[in-house]
Amino acid sequence: MARNFEDQDMMIDNQNPGLKVLLCNAEEVGEKYMIARKRELLHMFFGLQLDMDGEELTEQETALYDRQIRVWGADAQRRLSKSHILVSGLKGTVVEFCKNIVLAGVGSLTLNDDRLVTEELLSANFLVPLDEIVDSGKSLAELCCDSLKDFNPMVRVSVEKGELSNFSADFFDKFDVVVISSCSLSTKQSINEKCRKSIKRIAFYTVDCRDSCGEIFVDLQNYIYTKKKNDEAVECLLEYPSFEEAVSVPWRSLPRRVSKLYLAMRVIEKFEELEDRIPGETSAADLLNVQKLRKELCEAQSLDESQIPDSLLERLLEGRREFPPVCAVIGGILGQEVIKAISGKGDPLKNFFFFDAMDGKGVIEDIFRPKSQA
Amino acid sequence: MASEQQLSAIKGAKVLMVGAGGIGCELLKTLALSGFKDVHIIDMDTIEVSNLNRQFLFRQSHVGQSKAKVARDAVLKFRPHISITPYHANVKDPEFNVDFFKQFNVVLNGLDNLDARRHVNRLCLAAGVPLVESGTTGFLGQVTVHVKGKTECYECQPKPAPKTYPVCTITSTPSKFVHCIVWAKDLLFAKLFGDKNQENDLNVRASDASSSSQQTEDVFERKNDEDIEQYGRRIFDHVFGYNIELALSNEDTWKNRNRPRPIYSKDAIPVEPVGQNGNQAKNLAAGNPLSVSAMASLGLKNPQDLWSLKENSAVFLEALKLFFSKREKEIGNLTFDKDDQLAVEFVTAAANIRASSFGIPLHSLFEAKGIAGNIVHAVATTNAIIAGLIVIEAIKVLQNDITNYRMTYCLEHPSRKMLLMPVEPFEPNKSCYVCSETPLTLEINTHRSKLKDLVDKIVKAKLGMNLPLIMHGSSLLYEVGDDLEEDEVANYAANLEKVLSELPSPVMGGTILTVEDLQQELKCSINVKHRDEFDEEKEPDGMVLSGWTQPLAVEKNGKGSTDNGASTSRVSEATSVVTEDDDELQIIPTQIGKKRKLSDISSAASSEVSSFSNDAKIKRKAEEADDNNDLVMLDGGSSENSKKKREQ
Repeated sequence: MARNFEDQDMMIDNQNPGLKVLLCNAEEVGEKYMIARKRELLHMFFGLQLDMDGEELTEQETALYDRQIRVWGADAQRRLSKSHILVSGLKGTVVEFCKNIVLAGVGSLTLNDDRLVTEELLSANFLVPLDEIVDSGKSLAELCCDSLKDFNPMVRVSVEKGELSNFSADFFDKFDVVVISSCSLSTKQSINEKCRKSIKRIAFYTVDCRDSCGEIFVDLQNYIYTKKKNDEAVECLLEYPSFEEAVSVPWRSLPRRVSKLYLAMRVIEKFEELEDRIPGETSAADLLNVQKLRKELCEAQSLDESQIPDSLLERLLEGRREFPPVCAVIGGILGQEVIKAISGKGDPLKNFFFFDAMDGKGVIEDIFRPKSQA
Repeated sequence: MASEQQLSAIKGAKVLMVGAGGIGCELLKTLALSGFKDVHIIDMDTIEVSNLNRQFLFRQSHVGQSKAKVARDAVLKFRPHISITPYHANVKDPEFNVDFFKQFNVVLNGLDNLDARRHVNRLCLAAGVPLVESGTTGFLGQVTVHVKGKTECYECQPKPAPKTYPVCTITSTPSKFVHCIVWAKDLLFAKLFGDKNQENDLNVRASDASSSSQQTEDVFERKNDEDIEQYGRRIFDHVFGYNIELALSNEDTWKNRNRPRPIYSKDAIPVEPVGQNGNQAKNLAAGNPLSVSAMASLGLKNPQDLWSLKENSAVFLEALKLFFSKREKEIGNLTFDKDDQLAVEFVTAAANIRASSFGIPLHSLFEAKGIAGNIVHAVATTNAIIAGLIVIEAIKVLQNDITNYRMTYCLEHPSRKMLLMPVEPFEPNKSCYVCSETPLTLEINTHRSKLKDLVDKIVKAKLGMNLPLIMHGSSLLYEVGDDLEEDEVANYAANLEKVLSELPSPVMGGTILTVEDLQQELKCSINVKHRDEFDEEKEPDGMVLSGWTQPLAVEKNGKGSTDNGASTSRVSEATSVVTEDDDELQIIPTQIGKKRKLSDISSAASSEVSSFSNDAKIKRKAEEADDNNDLVMLDGGSSENSKKKREQ
């Protein structure tokens, strides 16, 4: 085994090496504290890029991760192995994501989903044997945890019980990345805010698939990364709006050819919120009411209703079961984005991604209100 | 969720997957989840440790087992009631012939090399089965659909040949690290540890300058009573010292080049034995010979470290010594294998010593291994995305939804806001020899007819070829030309007299022969069907060729036909193909470790991905596929909005 358990626990307890130093050398606490504090601040501004002090990968890690180290380098691999990730809502897309980052070799993955499994919940799940679901009494997260551990013994996978919206802001401090799925509009907003309140930067993602469509939202707050331009390293700054800020951008000031999916997802999200539905629990029978809401929203936002076609709304409302190929695509893109954000390598996506299997396009939308208009 | 129509198409489908590796694992999982009930999967490989970071159906405990079989068992755990038929075999084996392919509704490729891709393409064309083809490199990937007569086939566009280097660059004037790697791997390693009877240019080079070739033979041979240490130093001094001195004496060579520096072992590393700290004793020779390591016995740990000349020299001598002391039985039969630690160490060290001679920057073992093993970068996420896209296309193919077929590119940097870019497939290239004509079928008695009969009665008489070249896979059965060596001529003459099934590469029912006339630039495939009896009156040739309507329809210009010029120029400059885990002499010309741009990829022999960034036609196609998504505002309040409207 690459690391012994003691080391792993140390990593869980200590989000940054500054604190680790602090614990290891109790006598020099005063001096080290300042260093730790400085590091913490740097950490805030530069994400995770600066906090690695050249620990080498083990022989086992190098052998296992050989092919991907050739893609993103040993540095990025080290950062991955020290990152801590929370996911909530374990439907097919998130399961795909979990597989991807466990294989990639993150430090730890924490799963949150207390639902008891049903056949529908498992329609795009390859972690849980269908035969085992009867009477196991285990939650979806617990069942997924068992097989994810098996994927990569170097990653610590665990379950956190509880209702996501009840977790306090402190809870999220333990993580570098938070990914939530199947959440209501208000939960998305409140978790996003909690992440933003943390002293360090927590990368926040929401992901949802309906029918053969998928959506990813990304909030990296203020994100600085280095980019290679003509062999020179250039520093780039990206400013991300929160989920609340993004979805409140007036539709009339959206990019000219904004994805219809963006608008349709907002209508349905609003519908579910108003009706107090469990996210995703819709059907074709809701179409009339959703059309009514679309009319209201479009009028208020001065948008032609034809921009949110009936056929698209109908698909999104009906598609309760996930479409596994779309889960693979969305879970793959999300995995890649999280790896980019942790490693600080590559242009991260800002700030929405949409995929529709009908036309095959995977589109990035940058939805924010420029400072001048805010 | 899939519609009712889709579901019934999925449930009734019989699918062949070729490859159970990076893409294959993801694909089999997604097929099973999507409701496919009958999947056959072919893969000749066994599982290796470096697969485990992305081939998630495999575990450490599976290392060494068949990929196809383990993948099946893993998927049955979460979808126990579907049928998965694994074949631990090479897709090029004769059992997978046209009839075998005909039983499937669609074929899905997750392959890692050009040869197999072309083979499957031809079989799909011959069997009339649609093919969904795929490939990934790092964050880049692509999925394409090939349906006979409807879209271009995999070979409609020429694929660039694997990169090769002029012999003299390798033997005398290396200027890049990759030249040193090729020298170390294909010349020095092969000379010392490989088949002694194989031709080797290291030989030629040395014998040019020395008095007799007999003498140079002796240089590399270890004398009976020779101390290993001494032998190693002698080889070292010969290849890095003496040979460089000889090369230097040829003044013309160095007029416009930097002169190399001869390196002798006593200068690079003192005669004191290396690794004195008792480390040598630590070497664990027991068990797996592939675990013998010079790095380990020298106390070098990190494969990403750059070694000094001294360290490289120590590794060189130690690795040579270990080959002779721990793996002596293999000497004479070894070929370079990127998973053979000691071989990688030897080649890295030798390449680095040569690089220092020629003033070329040194590389770490990790980097050298990537270059020598032609390792293609691979991550799980891209494979997962590509597998999802393959299934989406496969479902369309099963529904015969031709208008919606797409080639999809997975990009690293967005183009027109798109990370996943769908493009309408191209029409078949009318001058494509592989798919433009119905592949020929030849019924013949493979146990009775000689190659000579085939050449005279079919290739010359029916196909009208003057200087034919006949190939079975990659082995040449017959060739005519005035530039042939004497032994080749004799060899082909002998082949002509052999019956088909007894040729060096036997021709049997199910074999696909490639017949080519270089002069006429004509090439075609013949599917061989074995038949015992022929009617002497109706079939006097004793064989029947079908599918060829015009006996002498030879295109004088071959590729000159311009019907489909745009797409030809598109891919010829853009497509390139690859080999993951393929040890042939194909070298990635880009530097490992540097980020590669899309435009670089097009020149990299290793890439699986078609680059299309510079290509106008693809862009235009992409635009056509892009419906008009413009927002239409009801009241154009701001002036900016009214401007937008005018632009439309």
